[in-house]
Amino acid sequence: MRRMSMELDVFVGNTTIIDEEVYQLWLDGHSVSDAVRMRLESDALSECEASGEVLHSDTMDQYRTFQMCERLLHCPSKLANQLLFQIPAHRQAMLIERYYEFDHTFAREVLGKKLSKGTKKDLDDISLKTGVALKSCRRQFDNFKRVFKVVEELKGPLVENVQHHFLLSDSLARDYAAVVFFANSRFETGKRKLQYLSFQDFAFCAGQLISYWTVGAVDNMMEDMDVDLEKEFLHDLKDLKVLVNDKDMLDQHKSLVCYQLKGKIKAFSEMEANFKNLSRALINIASKLTNTKDVRDLFIDLVEKFIEPCRSDKWTVGDLTLFLTHYTSTAHTLEMFRFQILWERYMGVIKSCILKMYHD
Amino acid sequence: MPGKLKAKIVAGRHLPVMDRASDLTDAFVEVKFGNTTFKTDVYPKSLNPQWNSEWFKFEVDDEDLQDEPLQITVLDHDTYSANDAIGKVYIDIDPLLSSEAATVISGWFPIYDTIHGIRGEINVLVKVELFNDLNRFRQSSCGVKFFCTTSIPRCYRAVMVHGFVEELVVNEDPEYQWIDRIRTPRASNEARQRLISLMSGELQRKIGLKVLEMGGNAVVGYLQCFDLEGESGLVVRAIGTACTLDKLSNTYTPATAINPCNSSPSKDIKEAGFGEEAPGVPLSSGPPTPLRAQTFSSFSPSKSYSRQSSSSDTELSLTPKTGMGSGGSAGKEAGPLKALLRQQTQTALEQREFPFFTLTSFPPGFLLHVGGVVSARSVKLLDRIHNPDEPETRDAWWEEIRQEIKSHAKALGCHAVVGYSESTSICEEVCILSASGTAAILSSRFMQDSALDTEHRFEDLMSPGCAFCHIPYDELNMPFPAQLTYCHCCRRYKVPDVLFTTIDLPTEANVTGKGCLIQARLCRTKKKAQGEGNATAISNLLPFLEYELHTQLMNKLKLRSMNALFGLRIQISVGENMLLGLASATGVYLTALPSPGGIQIAGKTPSDITYEQHISNMQKKINDTIAKNKELYEINPPDLVEEVIGSPIPEPRQRSRLFRSHSESSDEVSELDLSHGKKDAFVLEIDDTDAVEDIHSLLTDAPTPPGFYSCNTEIMPGIYNWTSALQMFTSVRVFRLSNVNLTNQGLNKVFNDLCENLLKSLYFKLRSMVPCCLCHVNFTVAVPEDELIQVAVTAVAMSFDKDQTQENGRQSIDKNLMKAITENEDQLQFPLELSAESSSNPLNSAKGLSEVSGPLPSARAPSVDYSSFTDRCSSWIEQLRLKAHTIRCGSIKTMSSLEKASPLPEGRSRSLRSNRSYAGSSVTVVKMTPLSFIPGTKIIKYLGIINMFFIRETTSLREEGGVSGFLHSFIAEVFAMVRAHVAALGGNAVVSYNMKECVFMENPNKNQAQCLINVSGDAVIFVRESELEATPPQPHSASAQTSSSGEGT
Repeated sequence: MRRMSMELDVFVGNTTIIDEEVYQLWLDGHSVSDAVRMRLESDALSECEASGEVLHSDTMDQYRTFQMCERLLHCPSKLANQLLFQIPAHRQAMLIERYYEFDHTFAREVLGKKLSKGTKKDLDDISLKTGVALKSCRRQFDNFKRVFKVVEELKGPLVENVQHHFLLSDSLARDYAAVVFFANSRFETGKRKLQYLSFQDFAFCAGQLISYWTVGAVDNMMEDMDVDLEKEFLHDLKDLKVLVNDKDMLDQHKSLVCYQLKGKIKAFSEMEANFKNLSRALINIASKLTNTKDVRDLFIDLVEKFIEPCRSDKWTVGDLTLFLTHYTSTAHTLEMFRFQILWERYMGVIKSCILKMYHD
Repeated sequence: MPGKLKAKIVAGRHLPVMDRASDLTDAFVEVKFGNTTFKTDVYPKSLNPQWNSEWFKFEVDDEDLQDEPLQITVLDHDTYSANDAIGKVYIDIDPLLSSEAATVISGWFPIYDTIHGIRGEINVLVKVELFNDLNRFRQSSCGVKFFCTTSIPRCYRAVMVHGFVEELVVNEDPEYQWIDRIRTPRASNEARQRLISLMSGELQRKIGLKVLEMGGNAVVGYLQCFDLEGESGLVVRAIGTACTLDKLSNTYTPATAINPCNSSPSKDIKEAGFGEEAPGVPLSSGPPTPLRAQTFSSFSPSKSYSRQSSSSDTELSLTPKTGMGSGGSAGKEAGPLKALLRQQTQTALEQREFPFFTLTSFPPGFLLHVGGVVSARSVKLLDRIHNPDEPETRDAWWEEIRQEIKSHAKALGCHAVVGYSESTSICEEVCILSASGTAAILSSRFMQDSALDTEHRFEDLMSPGCAFCHIPYDELNMPFPAQLTYCHCCRRYKVPDVLFTTIDLPTEANVTGKGCLIQARLCRTKKKAQGEGNATAISNLLPFLEYELHTQLMNKLKLRSMNALFGLRIQISVGENMLLGLASATGVYLTALPSPGGIQIAGKTPSDITYEQHISNMQKKINDTIAKNKELYEINPPDLVEEVIGSPIPEPRQRSRLFRSHSESSDEVSELDLSHGKKDAFVLEIDDTDAVEDIHSLLTDAPTPPGFYSCNTEIMPGIYNWTSALQMFTSVRVFRLSNVNLTNQGLNKVFNDLCENLLKSLYFKLRSMVPCCLCHVNFTVAVPEDELIQVAVTAVAMSFDKDQTQENGRQSIDKNLMKAITENEDQLQFPLELSAESSSNPLNSAKGLSEVSGPLPSARAPSVDYSSFTDRCSSWIEQLRLKAHTIRCGSIKTMSSLEKASPLPEGRSRSLRSNRSYAGSSVTVVKMTPLSFIPGTKIIKYLGIINMFFIRETTSLREEGGVSGFLHSFIAEVFAMVRAHVAALGGNAVVSYNMKECVFMENPNKNQAQCLINVSGDAVIFVRESELEATPPQPHSASAQTSSSGEGT
């Protein structure tokens, strides 16, 4: 028989005590009782001989602290000049970074989707599919949304904006930039054929696109936003059609590439046979990018039109690298080809994206 | 027009959204002082308004300046309806009224609302211009400094200690006024906050006037409390110790000044061949902490004293009263001079109505003897205070209690009470008033204006580690039964077998091992009753409660093999149907007092074998626990007595005969002591179930986990190498007793578990700070409702360097030696050898030493100085190897103080600092501690007293996370507001922080809760000692220390 019950139990330190382990449990969306059980089972605390009661009290306390901090974490810059909690700067950084960290499996599911209420309703399914607790999914989704809302309208480099406003580490800021970028352009990532691609694959591609295809990429004045692809550039891409529409140029291009690659790649004959199709695929993708719909389909197009044919011909990554390298460089030697810079800007990104995406 | 107050509202930030439509706020500010109000412009549509207002000027009397707070209200402008209040900031401008405190208040203050808590921040600038006021009959006491610290503040020295000041003011509680029925909770709370702020100001001003009358300029140990008497009113009362303080203008000079005084005696001693005698004389007159030493340097007669000491051939620093030439026989009361002195002090004290001092630690030489704890309680029935201007009843009540305390002290042969405090516990219309303190005999040194002659100084300076234990009362006419023995240190004077006090452990005290927190907890049921019957029932219960608490304390003390309690605080809390008693103290083993006997259990009923078995089992358990505790707290008092008797070394004793006339009697003393030895075990009779229960509870106190120590005094004896890591915290728990029909024993167990579990949780929370000590652990209990028990703890956890515990002890030994032999470099080898020897061979050396020296508290004890002055360095090492035969414990100057001052080798402390200085944060880090100091730092300025009172109320308890969520954020808010005020004063720490009141009331059915918190402390600026050292005017002692530690490690 318990003769008493705890009505109230608080602990407040002048310096706010934060147990990183409990913080992670909280972030992962575990309930207090789950967290207590997990802490009891963990080895780290076995030496403290802490009883369930002590752990429960401590966990409750920590959870409460986190809940109170959460409001501040939504606007990380506030954490540094708020007065309520005295937290050393390096602990603040830890709190923020951990709060904004996300599960890549979760992010992969949300990538390219509209960060709206509708998607939020799907979180149950995502939680089931990924094994990430619903609570945690919600936090991560809200983080995405929050970051998106703040940087969407901001000028200047996307990564820096994220970093500046949310005080995140460089790598995490880049991941967020990718999420924001995908959400903004609504790239298709959910098709079955794209399922094999991980969040990191897409994040890399997003980085490439942000770095080379947006306005900010060429205009250092940071007058415009980093979130959108440069319209003018996309429009100009139509000019590349000449490479496949001009018969002579196509032949010349092919022979130059074949000359360079002869004996160097295993799939030479397949390449030779398929060159025109492959080139046409890449140029078609380029020329269609003025259409918002086609921009969204960039990745599925790359996979269907280019990666799959190569894969079925059993190209190695090495083969592909050499091909794309020479495919790009030989175009410069074509006499009639005048769009060197445009070509370089297009192919640079396409090449690295394809290489990143070319795996099983 | 004696003063001009100027305020400027700069900006706001993080304001709440007041206009849902725009998600913004149109904020403006009202600045009010007295009856004058100014307004800023409305800063439209912003959560971060930039008002940048003009200077608002208030021309006011300084009386008002003292009483009134500056009131800043932030509002949201609304064109069509009434403006909504966002929140308020009250700024106490008292710190600006003293020339030595802060000059400007400038910074971000949390905007506080009693319903919503903190809602954004506001940046404010406040200045005061005071005009000279020659009016002698003024009502103000501007310039009198107030300190919560219960010792002389670190950067001041005491010129005079005038004595006790007290005052109380009463008023109607706004919460109980008729108007409260029609006004909002917010308005009611604000009226209360404002009233208490006003009353505090008035109280402080009145006390200040008393201080000026007495000729003082400061109040130290200022303790202000309020009593919420409900219907009958609101009482704010304060006590303190009036002093005349001198600011040490240059903090370095005193350090140099003290130096000759520290080192020259030993030099003289050397010449006199002085350290060789005194078998059985304990070492170490612990020197004051460095800071204090500095503070009082001007009182330590340096050269003159040393000369005197050498000429009189007496060992002043060791044996206090022998130098008086009285030849007074051991144990007898005082020589003539002492009597004279006492007389003088007596008269000095008799001029005072109440010779009470709220100080808990004292300038060296001030506290001569300690009699024991005196306390008085009285139960009163509250009635409405009819005339607030003449609060005679309350005054009379306290007067009565103080008289009782005074007479208790007299009975103990003491003329003063130190460590004095007062408290109340109120339940409905019954109020228990309590007062307690420690009866003591004080030196007249700080109490008389007249110049002190040398004899005075003489005695004053001698405060060896045992003098304060010597009984002040007449042994033939003892006020209570006690077993007296001869002091185990000096063997001249009688000491009691145990000593209870309410003060901090004197720095010079000789302590064996470490101390620990000891608590006695008791819960007694009481029938519900009304009025006088209730009061009678309570007063009938009180003596039993106190007796049992005392017994529990005594048992627990014995169980830990300790013989003295410091910082004893007994709190009795009254509820409708129960009384709670909680006694907390820090137990230590005073080297001067006899070793406590064990605890012996005696079964009363002669009975069957199982019973006997049970008893012997229990006895075994107890014995085991005692043994374990001895180990845990490192209590290894050397069994000196026999060894001294059987000491095969004749030489030192012969010498001592040569030099000291009392040597014979001292030998006799030893023999006497022996006879007292160990026979007196404490007998616990088990004659009823209660006793069995008692013993059980005795044994169920969980030991502190490894790496933890705890005490309720400022510092823990035996720990010196504090790091700068500290964590102040408040923890509150409320338990609901679901079974109302509990027996006393059941209740006891509940209460006991409650406290134990709370401690366990604290240890767990703070596990990352290990090794660490919870210092100044302050428990308060309350019975807020019928079946609720509330326990609140405020304490500070301070880390220390475990690896260095021993080394440091040794180092301090080294340093002591270094002190004694400052010049000769060759001799530096010696201490190193010594420490190596004692560590590698602790048993041998300890034994070897104890053969000669008697109560040598193990090689670890830092207060020990092994120094031989007979031979010069060359032979020392050799002698050491001969098992320290020739090491005599000689003159002792411990440097444990210096240890405390800079606990870390420089490199370490620097690295700690660099860890802590992070870039980027715009908020000043403000440390808070209930202690009067921060380890490894030096307080360079006191900015004024912090005394804040807050009310928080909610009508959406569930939404705020229930009672725990509500209180958690409120306490965090209170901390934040304290820090903000300190930072605005230009400070970086609060010392002597105290949460004096935490009244929590809830009504979960109505989804409501209310809490009142009252906190106080001293805002200070501190600098790290390592930074100080870098500055050019290096104190001599500090440089000596650095070099020594440099060589030593």
